[in-house]
Amino acid sequence: MIPELGHFSLILALAVALVQGTLPLVGASRGDLRLMALGRTAALTQAFLVLLAFGALTQAYVTSDFSVLNVVDNSHSAKPLLYKISGVWGNHEGSMLLWALILALFGAAVAVFGNNLPDTLRSRVLAIQALIGVGFLAFLLFTSNPFQRVFPAPPDGNGLNPLLQDPGLAFHPPLLYLGYVGFSVTYAFAVAALLEGRVDAAWARWVRPWALAAWCFLTLGIALGSWWAYYILGWGGFWFWDPVENASLMPWLAGTALLHSAIVVEKRDALKSWTVLLALLAFSLSLLGTFLVRSGVLTSVHAFAQDPARGMFILAFLLFVTGGGLALYAWRAPQLQGGGLFQPVSREGALILNNLLLCTLAATVLLGTLYPLFLDLLTGNKVSVGPPFFNATFVPLCAPLFAALCVGPFLGWKRAELWPALMRLRVALVVSLAAIVVAMTMIDSRSTLAALAFGFGVWLIVGSLASLTDRVRSGTLRTLPRSTLGMVIAHASLGVVVLGSVATSSWNTELMHTMKPGDRIDFAGYSVQLERMDEVRGPNYIAERATLAVSVGGKPYTVLQPERRLFTVQRRQVAETAIQTNGLRDFYATLGEGNPQQGWVIRLYLNPLAPWIWLGAALCALGGFVSLSDRRLRIGAPSRKPALQPAE
Amino acid sequence: MIGARRLFFMFLSPLGERLGEGVRRPLTLPLPLAGERSLKALCCVLLLLFTLPALAVEPSEILPDPALETRAREIGRALRCVVCQNQSIDDSSAEVARDMRRAVRERLTAGDSDGDVFAYMVARYGDYVLLKPPFKAGTLILWLGAPFLLLVAGAALLLAARRRRHTPIAAPKPLDEEERRRLDALLKG
Repeated sequence: MIPELGHFSLILALAVALVQGTLPLVGASRGDLRLMALGRTAALTQAFLVLLAFGALTQAYVTSDFSVLNVVDNSHSAKPLLYKISGVWGNHEGSMLLWALILALFGAAVAVFGNNLPDTLRSRVLAIQALIGVGFLAFLLFTSNPFQRVFPAPPDGNGLNPLLQDPGLAFHPPLLYLGYVGFSVTYAFAVAALLEGRVDAAWARWVRPWALAAWCFLTLGIALGSWWAYYILGWGGFWFWDPVENASLMPWLAGTALLHSAIVVEKRDALKSWTVLLALLAFSLSLLGTFLVRSGVLTSVHAFAQDPARGMFILAFLLFVTGGGLALYAWRAPQLQGGGLFQPVSREGALILNNLLLCTLAATVLLGTLYPLFLDLLTGNKVSVGPPFFNATFVPLCAPLFAALCVGPFLGWKRAELWPALMRLRVALVVSLAAIVVAMTMIDSRSTLAALAFGFGVWLIVGSLASLTDRVRSGTLRTLPRSTLGMVIAHASLGVVVLGSVATSSWNTELMHTMKPGDRIDFAGYSVQLERMDEVRGPNYIAERATLAVSVGGKPYTVLQPERRLFTVQRRQVAETAIQTNGLRDFYATLGEGNPQQGWVIRLYLNPLAPWIWLGAALCALGGFVSLSDRRLRIGAPSRKPALQPAE
Repeated sequence: MIGARRLFFMFLSPLGERLGEGVRRPLTLPLPLAGERSLKALCCVLLLLFTLPALAVEPSEILPDPALETRAREIGRALRCVVCQNQSIDDSSAEVARDMRRAVRERLTAGDSDGDVFAYMVARYGDYVLLKPPFKAGTLILWLGAPFLLLVAGAALLLAARRRRHTPIAAPKPLDEEERRRLDALLKG
């Protein structure tokens, strides 16, 4: 009964979305206030209905209702409750429902928090948001119904993929989707602005918080996924340039560019049409990522044919959203008059350079991800694009970006001088040069590039903090606007990420050894003894657990217990790494195959500064949230016209 | 652990199963077997079949010469496991990857240079085996596309800036009716 209610409310939601996507648009063009007011009610109703549907599916998972096909395929009665819940979005249908839910919630958020928007703009934004919702709801109902029943109901389910049964991964998709879908709001704002033919400082001020929120969540989502890969995959890597990772990196890069160009629109009334284009692109790239991942195009061209209905639907939708947005842009953008003029060396100039480089980075990732597909389709030649390619193309492009990043905030608007800005950064420059020398002489003399990258990391941190020195000296640090504080945190945290990733990928120590209980080995100043091997029983797995006693200079230091888990339902083994961290380095151990006769393969790693990668990413998102809490955004933008008095 | 990385952002179980295929080792069932023993053997075989080994390079493969081993690892990271999804032979636990790692180490021990080893692999598996595609006619757009974009956009911006410097700055847009009204209200206080 409850699944049917869920199914029914999904159908109702589609109907409401259709109304919300059309009537307010008509109202906005005719100036009919009643039709425009409909948008807000419809947005709230739609969110409520999709929430009901999502609740119904969650209920089916929590109670292990095996008469629902989706639950049978992805759940099992013996699974811990957390994974029963995360199983809701741990599959195709459920994750699409989560996508639709977040989309509807963002729509409702615009309806609730959009009081300061002019009526026409708000109703247009809500309508565009609803039209995107129509696409996803129709996709769910016609190709991926999560409420499909199965008869007769099997006694138990097939269980969730063991790799997904992990706390980190339970929250990874919702965060990532909050980011992806958050850009739908900026897309809707961009399309609405093109329809209105007006982009101004007020528009930028309304858009920026949404872009910022989406960007923060996307940052957290990517970081969580990368952290998961680090501790679950068992060889200490954190980023693999895999197409599915790239799919999330592209909207992040475009979104970062958007955040920066929106500042120029807000402060200087320039770069308008470019900002609108970026807003269109950020969401298009989010959709492209979804398309690439969902359709299976990336796995192989044949997987596309396996489920042509789904792939074709998303492709058609992607073309509609991207093509429609760009066509509207081509038609309307020339009407957007650029305002403020500026010299190349100025804050505006620095932000343009930022946009130029970020877009080139996004293009590099896009080419690297799609090129093998197109080459294969067009010529039949197969080519591999892997980490070495991106290391050779993406990473060098980061150098000018990082170099300019610290200088930009020291440049004034309109017209600035480069030399005074550099003089104020001289301490940062000296410190980072010193860091390069230290890295070259004391850590590793062979890798000049690693030392250089390390220097860039230090430059980012010290150079970003340098913009606070004047405030510290004059004792006005407390009056620092939160948006500036957020910027400093986010910029410096990028340096933290750079330091972490450079150190852990260039200067890690690794040891691989076959050990029997009682064996002892020396590893980078530590003495590691395999004390015993145990068999452990989890809720839905059996595991082999090694107990490694680590000591330094004869004194016990720590105990590491890596496991290999065999999930009994799926009969799949998953390694559970053991990591001891002191904030500056990770002591990382994994257990490999083995038996009592020959011993077990133990892998040990020392990953210097590895925790900084995720610490930095978390700080980066924190910077975004701090900026989001800025007074300017909380109070709201100045309205374009005097506020109307409510009718008595 | 082949499907793992992909599942990372993908979450798509039907595909996840497909991706796992590369990992499963080719298996010859020990047939015919009889009685209880056969059941046990079958269980072992099944366990093996569904095992996802976490290890890639194994201790038995490591070369005694650390310098040579370091080179082998670096080469291994740049070669694609040909049956896997975007995984290097160094990361992969597939049978083919193991054979390829052994081949790399054999060539290195025989005194080949890094270039020789890559050439040896390309001769066997084609350009597909290189995770960094070679720079040739077919990959021109791949390698030069983004830098070209950067150059064109940068040049266009610089030209626009130069042109702008020569044109006098236009007078600011006059206030519209409403703005003038608000200004008056403000000035009157």
